[in-house]
Amino acid sequence: MSPDLSTTYLGLELRSPLVVGAAAPLSEDIDQLMALEQAGAAAVVLHSLFEEQIERDQLDLHQMGMQGAESYGEALSYVPEQALFHVGYDLYLNHVSEARERLSIPVIASLNGTSPGSWVRCARQLEDAGAQAIELNLYAIPTDPDLSSAAIENQVEEVVAEVRAEVKLPLAVKLGPFFTNFSAMARRLAAAGADGLVLFNRFYQPDIDIETLEVRPNLLLSTPHDLRLPLRWIALLHGRHPLDLAATSGVQRGTDVVRLLMAGACVTQIVAALLRHGPQRLAVIEAELSQWLEDHDHATARELIGCMSQQRCPDPSEYERAQYMRAIQTFHPMAP
Amino acid sequence: MSTLTIDGNEATARVSYRLNEVIALYPITPASPMGEWADAWRSEGRPNLWGTVPEIVELQSEAGAAGTVHGALQAGSLTTTFTASQGLLLMIPNLYKLAGELTPAVLHVAARSLAAQGLSIFGDHSDVMAVRGTGCAILCANNVQEAGDLAAIATRASLHSRLPFLHMFDGFRTSHEIQKVEAIEDEVLRQLIPEQAIAAHRQRALSPDHPVLRGTAQNPDVYFQARETVNRFYDAAPAVVAEAMDAFAALTGRAYAPYDYVGPADAERVLVLMGSGCETAVETAEALQANGEKVGVLKVRLYRPFSNARLIQALPASTRAIAVLDRCKEPGAGGEPLYLDVVAAVAEEWERQHGGGAPLPRVVGGRYGLSSKEFTPAMVKAVFDHLCGEDPLNHFTVGIHDDLTHRSLPWEDGFVTEAPGEVRAVFYGLGSDGTVGANKSTIKIIGESTDLHAQGYFVYDSKKSGSVTVSHLRFGPRPIRSTYLIQRPTLVACHQWDFLGRFDLLAGLETGGILLLNSPYPAAESWRRLPEAMRTTIRAKQLKVWIINASQVAMEAGMGFHINTVMQACFFAVSGVLPREEAIERIRTAIVKTYGRKGEAVVAMNLRALDASLDHLEELAYADLPIVLGEGGLELAASDERLAAAPAFVRDVIAPMLERRGDELPVSALPCDGTFPVGTSRWEKRNIAESIPVWEDDLCVQCGKCVMVCPHAVIRAKVVEPGALATAPEGFRRAPARDHDFEGQTFTIQVGAEDCTGCALCVEVCPARDRTEPKRKAINMAPQRPLREQARGHWDFFLSLPEAPCAALNLRKIGQQQLQQPLFEFSGACGGCGETPYLKLATQLFGDRMMIANATGCSSIYGGNLPTTPWTTNAEGRGPSWSNSLFEDNAEFGFGMRVAVDQQRQMAGELLSLLALPAKLVEAILGADQSDEAGIFAQRQRVAQLKTLLQEQDAASGSPAARLLSVADALVKRSVWLVGGDGWAYDIGFGGLDHVLASGRDVNALVLDTEVYSNTGGQASKATPRAAVAKFAAAGKAAPKKDLGLMAMTYGSVYVASVAMGARDEHTVRAFLEAESYPGPSLIIAYSHCIAHGITMARGMAHQQAAVDSGRWLLYRYDPRRAERGENPLQLDSRAPSRPLAETMAEENRFRMLRFSQPQLARQLERQAQQELDRRWGLYRALASQDCGPTATTTGATQP
Repeated sequence: MSPDLSTTYLGLELRSPLVVGAAAPLSEDIDQLMALEQAGAAAVVLHSLFEEQIERDQLDLHQMGMQGAESYGEALSYVPEQALFHVGYDLYLNHVSEARERLSIPVIASLNGTSPGSWVRCARQLEDAGAQAIELNLYAIPTDPDLSSAAIENQVEEVVAEVRAEVKLPLAVKLGPFFTNFSAMARRLAAAGADGLVLFNRFYQPDIDIETLEVRPNLLLSTPHDLRLPLRWIALLHGRHPLDLAATSGVQRGTDVVRLLMAGACVTQIVAALLRHGPQRLAVIEAELSQWLEDHDHATARELIGCMSQQRCPDPSEYERAQYMRAIQTFHPMAP
Repeated sequence: MSTLTIDGNEATARVSYRLNEVIALYPITPASPMGEWADAWRSEGRPNLWGTVPEIVELQSEAGAAGTVHGALQAGSLTTTFTASQGLLLMIPNLYKLAGELTPAVLHVAARSLAAQGLSIFGDHSDVMAVRGTGCAILCANNVQEAGDLAAIATRASLHSRLPFLHMFDGFRTSHEIQKVEAIEDEVLRQLIPEQAIAAHRQRALSPDHPVLRGTAQNPDVYFQARETVNRFYDAAPAVVAEAMDAFAALTGRAYAPYDYVGPADAERVLVLMGSGCETAVETAEALQANGEKVGVLKVRLYRPFSNARLIQALPASTRAIAVLDRCKEPGAGGEPLYLDVVAAVAEEWERQHGGGAPLPRVVGGRYGLSSKEFTPAMVKAVFDHLCGEDPLNHFTVGIHDDLTHRSLPWEDGFVTEAPGEVRAVFYGLGSDGTVGANKSTIKIIGESTDLHAQGYFVYDSKKSGSVTVSHLRFGPRPIRSTYLIQRPTLVACHQWDFLGRFDLLAGLETGGILLLNSPYPAAESWRRLPEAMRTTIRAKQLKVWIINASQVAMEAGMGFHINTVMQACFFAVSGVLPREEAIERIRTAIVKTYGRKGEAVVAMNLRALDASLDHLEELAYADLPIVLGEGGLELAASDERLAAAPAFVRDVIAPMLERRGDELPVSALPCDGTFPVGTSRWEKRNIAESIPVWEDDLCVQCGKCVMVCPHAVIRAKVVEPGALATAPEGFRRAPARDHDFEGQTFTIQVGAEDCTGCALCVEVCPARDRTEPKRKAINMAPQRPLREQARGHWDFFLSLPEAPCAALNLRKIGQQQLQQPLFEFSGACGGCGETPYLKLATQLFGDRMMIANATGCSSIYGGNLPTTPWTTNAEGRGPSWSNSLFEDNAEFGFGMRVAVDQQRQMAGELLSLLALPAKLVEAILGADQSDEAGIFAQRQRVAQLKTLLQEQDAASGSPAARLLSVADALVKRSVWLVGGDGWAYDIGFGGLDHVLASGRDVNALVLDTEVYSNTGGQASKATPRAAVAKFAAAGKAAPKKDLGLMAMTYGSVYVASVAMGARDEHTVRAFLEAESYPGPSLIIAYSHCIAHGITMARGMAHQQAAVDSGRWLLYRYDPRRAERGENPLQLDSRAPSRPLAETMAEENRFRMLRFSQPQLARQLERQAQQELDRRWGLYRALASQDCGPTATTTGATQP
């Protein structure tokens, strides 16, 4: 008998820990979502509704409508005005509704913002549109030297509390790892109303073109090495806060899922592998996970969750600073 | 009854849309907005009166639209179109058919001038009068309210009478004037439109279920009789129209008559006219009546069928003198059309209608208001006064000064009738600053939320960059009938500081009036910097002056250069048209309503600007400031000084136009045949750039790219002997020439600061960076104002330096080629225009021998719209000769030039052998190799020698020598170019272009392909790519772009190139050189980024690169000469696509916006577009890789 892969995340009963992570190429087309469901996705996190993106798009299209308008008698405008009136939450909300209608797996909406504001009202609209949970994606690059880390943390907490006040839906918070004490942050977020954490947000880092001397965006998909950071922090956090933990970054194989479950993740979010290999990769990962469980006499995937967390692993210090020290000390360069 | 604040086009479209099922369109100013409204409503799924959404189709020309209208009507649908000017003339053949077949339909015309000695987009009745013989009824609306009302009335009348109706109103004055009007509810239309007549129309339609034959060819035996069968319909029509007007009045209370007399029953002098001028005429007549004058006005609404009886009936029997005013000119006619009709009516009907007792009134005719020429109360009074004379001049004009044939009537400017109690505000702004948009919003706010009447009219200039707009807004408690520009403003707002030195802003401003200034300076400094004359007037008129730094407030609110909301708030704050607090709240509401659909961010930005506005508004307490004499107005003085060096024509004729005083020019000042001198744009010095490029001589690699892409030819390079710079002004930058061909010489780049638009295209393409601080390029933008003075001196000195000798340059190296002098400079094109760099390049390469036929469109406007032209000459006085015929005939127009030149060359050759001339010279001339610059130069020398010899011979008129002298110049190579946009080449002119390409003649067609109708505001053409959003393709273009190049290649005898300067500039140059050298027809399709693409124009060249990288635009050259050499004629110069199409589409809003409105459809269209792209790439690759042996094809050149 095949092992039971089911898990629970944010109160949602899922058929497996394999969740499609937020990425526009995977989720903005309903047909693509159907294919992912067909391939075994247990849930899908829709691509993010970006607060900044919406603002930028609105202003951008507004500017486009103004560009050259009312200047010259023959051409008082250059674009059909009615085509400009669709930039906002509506499009995303419709997408959520349609995804809910067409999919049988849970649909998690993703909301991306940086600061408190009216945009959090959108969370309620997401709920109305049928989202079964919200993943709140908080990310900014603070460059203001007068902005303290405490202020940033306060702001994050404030946004979570505001969204929590708006909706009853399960709420996961997706963050980057760059906090002075992530564990303390996790506690504050739990207190502010978060039900789960998604570790970690992965950022597109710019690159330098050394010929043209230009800074260019450079999209690098994650590799298995990238799962080490979430693995560590999931292991450190598991069992310490009333939060469901989701792992993202670097999940390529079934064994990657195993590792992350062992660290304490309820689910793993997969993006890069699907972008590289298409929706069918999900079926491969699921088969590998199932096979591993079977090979190791596990009847359920749930049994793995947290078994190698810091609280339950044989050597908790491995997850702390000593782990880094040992790594250096035991590193022997190859002979030339 | 609900009210709307709308313009005449919208008023008409609101009715027409509801009363039709099929709308066939082709864009043309000023009628385009009617179609755009209809298209917008269709996109929203708005139904017509019968609950169905009308079908809207865009055709390739007005002729096509008319054919479609005819067909749809024959198939039984209620059908319409909207058009104007030559567009209406293109419909003439079908108009005869519609009338001949008694087909009910109402076509709506925003009446416009016809292109004669020059094109004009503005309003008069030339177009409608030119179709008066078609048999269509013509019903004329005089104002915005009537435009909507008569659209409905015409529909009822047409259905009842079976005559097709042209419903007309004045272009711009009515089509674009915003007025508060009463809405026409659906229920009114339901009761007005006769369902039985619609059923009858359908019953008459063609149907295989009850087939008939219509459209026969008839012979002499019956054609005449058949023509007379329709008389009873025309006889009945005036009564039918009157009945429709009565029915409408019963439903709405708004009463009209086919011939509406307004005035006392004992009037002795009557004006007869039609259109918006009636409003001013009535306003004036009422003012004169108040002074006891017995004057009246007869408004002609039904012009065809013309009812002599009804018109004469409408006139009071006391009438002694009639002035009939026509808003058109029919040269050579016995009188203008309306005049002749009224003369005939008086002759036929006066006695019958008014009995023998009433003496026959004297009738004189006059012309007024051509091309939206102002028609003011003073002019109306002049006409009434004229009728008092014993023997008033007939066929007079009013509104101009005719000092040649002395037919114009004088008028007194001081006579005004503007109502007391009105707020009359005039706003001077830039097109790009949002002034007009703000004023339209203001009119709507006041019109829709108060009891006040509101009127707005907007004057645009003909520039596409840095254009000046003047808004005229009237508000008052009584209906506003003043269909002329404001003469006595109560408020003037100047939204751009630089205008203070350019225009007489205070002209007519009433004593105690308000002056609102957007000033970059604090109050006291603003006062000091005002021109002295202005300060004097302010004091004399005791004006209230308000100052705000609106640009700063807008910038801080995130609105960029758009000061619309800021200035709107200030207007309300100072004008008193509404209580201040109430006004601000209403703006706030309007912002939320207007921008709410565009998103919270847009609303928030505007609210920020609104809130900040009043905090920064301050009254200029000039009484407390010292009187400063002799300061201010410095810039004005400088520009006067520059014009002092200009040719007399520029000083006397061009300069007044530039200063908006063109109305003052007398007839004698203007050329009689539309011929104007070239090289005039250099005198404008518009100073419109906020920032300009500054060259860094230490970083520059002298590649020439910045010079090449500059759309306005303001960045130029020269290489000179170092000694030539000995007298250079201080700070004149230079560097040793890097090109080995110029060893020991000095290179310089200079910028025409006062002609630059600040587009920054040059900075974007500059490849050279400071290695230690890469944000510094070899060319960077810097604020213009501080640099202006020095840059002016540098530019003048630069122009005085010798030009590079073209024959010595390697034209395949951009750095050298770009040293060629451009003969196209400082046009009015958009900042960052993607078209003009190609034109400029062509003039650099071939300008001294170019003859250009330019299709109507953007290029004809920035190339040939008065006051100035960018086409210019070199030091020898040679340069492109340029003409615009029409939109649709451009290929044939240029073809005619080619045929003529070839014939002249043939004649010259024949005459050469007839005359006793040195054999060696004749042989050299006839056998000259003119394939390069050196050869052409040598031939010019020979022809000059020949002309000298001929002048020494018997040069009597008609002698062979004289004849040869008249055509000798044709012996030097002439390069004939057919220039136009994709609207011309792909759509309206395609048939002609195809024919000319097939002719084998040596012409060069340059298609500036913006993939959209740019000049008329972004309507889709057949060049529009799949998935792009455009007008008439709001849901994304569903069909692929036509492959014009591939079609031309099928002839095998046409040189075809597809180029994109921003992707590979040297490829563009190569293609131009090859095309011009090919002794047969050539077609260059040049990718031209455009403001209608929704891009940052400074990045235009990068977008060209992206189009090529994705494979959406291919670079190739098809040269039939290669086939003759046994080579494959097609060279595919693009690399395989390296970027996904969707990725590059996402960089242009014209594609991107569809993802917002219809994401699934967008993805579907993108997928289809990618598949087509892949197939097309495969096809071209296959064609280019074919092994071609020697073949008999084809240099189709039929060289004479």
